[in-house]
Amino acid sequence: MCDTCGCNLTPGNRHLAFKPVAKGATAVSVLKGLLQKNDDQAGHNREHFDRRGILAINLMSSPGSGKTALLEATLTALKDEFTCAVIEGDLETENDAERIRAKGVQAHQIVTGTACHLDAHLVHDALHHMNLDGVDILFIENVGNLVCPASFDLGQHLNVTLLSTTEGDDKPAKYPVMFRAADAMLITKTDLLAVLDDFEPAKAESHLRDLANPAPVMRLSARKDLGMDAWLAWLRNELAAQRARVALGQSRRPAIQPDGQTYHAATA
Amino acid sequence: MHELAVAQALVEQVEDVIRQHHAVSASLIRVRIGPLAGVVPELLGSAFPLAAAGSRMEHAVLDLVTAPIKVRCQTCGAETEAAMNRLVCGACGDWHTQVISGDELLLESVELETVPT
Ligand SMILES: Nc1nc2c(ncn2[C@@H]2O[C@H](COP(=O)(O)OP(=O)(O)OP(=O)(O)O)[C@@H](O)[C@H]2O)c(=O)[nH]1
Ligand SMILES: [Zn+2]
Ligand SMILES: [Zn+2]
Ligand SMILES: [Zn+2]
Ligand SMILES: [Zn+2]
Repeated sequence: MCDTCGCNLTPGNRHLAFKPVAKGATAVSVLKGLLQKNDDQAGHNREHFDRRGILAINLMSSPGSGKTALLEATLTALKDEFTCAVIEGDLETENDAERIRAKGVQAHQIVTGTACHLDAHLVHDALHHMNLDGVDILFIENVGNLVCPASFDLGQHLNVTLLSTTEGDDKPAKYPVMFRAADAMLITKTDLLAVLDDFEPAKAESHLRDLANPAPVMRLSARKDLGMDAWLAWLRNELAAQRARVALGQSRRPAIQPDGQTYHAATA
Repeated sequence: MHELAVAQALVEQVEDVIRQHHAVSASLIRVRIGPLAGVVPELLGSAFPLAAAGSRMEHAVLDLVTAPIKVRCQTCGAETEAAMNRLVCGACGDWHTQVISGDELLLESVELETVPT
């Protein structure tokens, strides 16, 4: 590792570096993740959370899959048990944040304008506008988009990906990058299953397994209060796990699988 | 969708490399992209000139190398190639696998001009 110039030189790749390719030219081996700056900021955000024992959860889905409705129902169910806070990523409006505030919960809206995903810098700015004292769980509602949010670590501990029953059970096969990143997959709006004849929850789950993802799959309806208990139990469990990690001075990165990056950097 | 943001990050990193090596400009930039990285090579290729305009790499060739998708099976230990939406073991069919190539997004190397031409 060459600390002075920042390039990742190892004994294994040193011969690649500083190789003269022509008179007056040099080839330099760099081997660095392109999103390194975002990842560094995400690591800093995670320190903010870990220092306070907060569990941070990133919610991702297509537009309208029911992220805000799930949050409303969750915050109501947990209001006597935990202190929650919410960061809302939205394209234009404060609507989602206002729905959360109506539940008596602190919400900060990041108005992303034309951006199609949240990144670690946007989340960091939001954190410094919030009061995190005493917060147990921080939910980050990402921009409704199944493509890019999965590529940007925000500093969260867990990714939760929602798939609503009106979208089709093959979404995990069509958006593998997103569904591979899920630490839990929620099949939402299950009250509509009765009237939809082409969504099979078991098929959605099997597409998820094809992505080598062992994440739990939960079926629920936030509007009709179906299946919420398993989701709430999962949250309690994960908060306990986060507290146990914090007590040991450890942390957890979401299933974005940065191990792969490290592996390639080490062996390339 | 976010390829311009990625191209801007690339330009920043190459700018750092140029500065650290006291070079004049970059002539070739090699980036390794796995299909599972969530970045479309063609879009990155067309976003790059916009991000690099006016910089010391505006005339550089951007070489995008596609990394194959490979998984290692936790059940039988085989290393096999896989498709983007079927990351199962090619030998025994089990889905308990780990992606060992195909999700990377790496600045691999840069060729620098060290003498003004
Ligand atoms: N039938 C039914 N409708 C639901 C359920 N949850 C949400 N909806 C409806 O789905 C629509 C979108 O819900 P939201 O919670 O705003 O979805 P969202 O994912 O936050 O949407 P964006 O923030 O725009 O991406 C609304 O009309 C909700 O009433 C549910 O469990 N059952
Ligand atoms: Zn919403
Ligand atoms: Zn994006
Ligand atoms: Zn900070
Ligand atoms: Zn196998």
